[in-house]
Amino acid sequence: MNIVISNRSDQPIYEQIKEQIRSAIIRDEIAENEMLPSIRSLAHDLKISVITTKRAYDELELEGFIATVHGKGCFVLPKNKEQIREYKLKEIEQHLTNAITNAKMIRMTSDELTQLLHILLKEED
Amino acid sequence: MENAIEINGLRKKFGNFGVEDVSFTLPKGFIMGFVGKNGAGKTTTIKAILNMLNRDSGEIKIFGKDNLQHEAEIKQKIGVVMDSPFYEQEWTLVQVGKMLKPFYPGWSDQKFNEMLKQFQLAPNKRVKELSRGMKMKIMVACALAHDPDLLILDEPTSGLDAVARDELLEILQSFISNENKSILFSTHITTDLEKIADYLTFIDNGKIVHSDTKDNMLEKYVIVKGGRDALTPEQKALIIGYHETKVNFDGITDKANLKNFPKSLVIEPCTMDELVVRFNKEGRNKS
Repeated sequence: MNIVISNRSDQPIYEQIKEQIRSAIIRDEIAENEMLPSIRSLAHDLKISVITTKRAYDELELEGFIATVHGKGCFVLPKNKEQIREYKLKEIEQHLTNAITNAKMIRMTSDELTQLLHILLKEED
Repeated sequence: MENAIEINGLRKKFGNFGVEDVSFTLPKGFIMGFVGKNGAGKTTTIKAILNMLNRDSGEIKIFGKDNLQHEAEIKQKIGVVMDSPFYEQEWTLVQVGKMLKPFYPGWSDQKFNEMLKQFQLAPNKRVKELSRGMKMKIMVACALAHDPDLLILDEPTSGLDAVARDELLEILQSFISNENKSILFSTHITTDLEKIADYLTFIDNGKIVHSDTKDNMLEKYVIVKGGRDALTPEQKALIIGYHETKVNFDGITDKANLKNFPKSLVIEPCTMDELVVRFNKEGRNKS
């Protein structure tokens, strides 16, 4: 698994870490029950504070992606398909909303927009 | 959670200077940046922690123990790096180690030699031949050779070039990878802290202005800018470090205040530098 953070991004660092670990889990780059780097070693490797790293892990734990075993470390939990679907849906919704905003800017009609979506879908097939 | 440092109501006055009502807590396992401009009271506070001066009042606990009652015991567990070494100019680095060893039962020659090697310090070099960066490293080597649980550094990065500063930050982060170790680190160079500090404590004019986790602080405040007539006097009072020119104003404010402000203002995320500057300006605006 690679984690690359940007100090110039508007996105807070803990969120960047969270997202990258989450997508690594979803893409099966880290397997079920695999151990994540310890909070302190990850903080060291990324040159960021322990608290920032801990926050990323805490939130991943709340979202049900990882579990902490006291004294041992953090492990990847078995994937919950429903939950991953939920995340993907949220992402799709956000991208579509962006598309709509952009379409409105150039006064594209909803018919034109749906047409475009159909064309793109066909190309994918 | 056990605390590495706990200061309550510290007061030490030298005429008009000194510190007053200084209180803050550093939990075990973390790095705290102690930020303030020169003369703000950083070194006075650090000297009080080390009992190097007679304080007027207040209480300091290190690892939960009173620093006056358990002074000898506590000092074995603290490593200190001040802004310049007090070693004799003619000593070689090997001699420096030999001179310090008797003071610390926990001293390890092996550890000391390892550090010299890691920092690429030639054991036969004399103190007077060292560059500023090398002086800092020999002080760190000595501080770490007796295996302390708390490392206190007073302006360790001032006068260091970017490479040496980066090396020091790397050393500090390696030290803290053991969760029983803690660091208090005074500085006026905020970029050092922007990366690795867990907690920040701002001191200005001898008083603590703010002490919290770095992430909380950077999230709590935003930069606001706007036309000079954009705000009512009540709204202006909510801005920290308010600064007005002929054409505009700027300052920082608690995010929670934004709902009371007009929508026309420009809002930007806050940086560490901005926090330091604004808290300092607020101190001057008030006095």
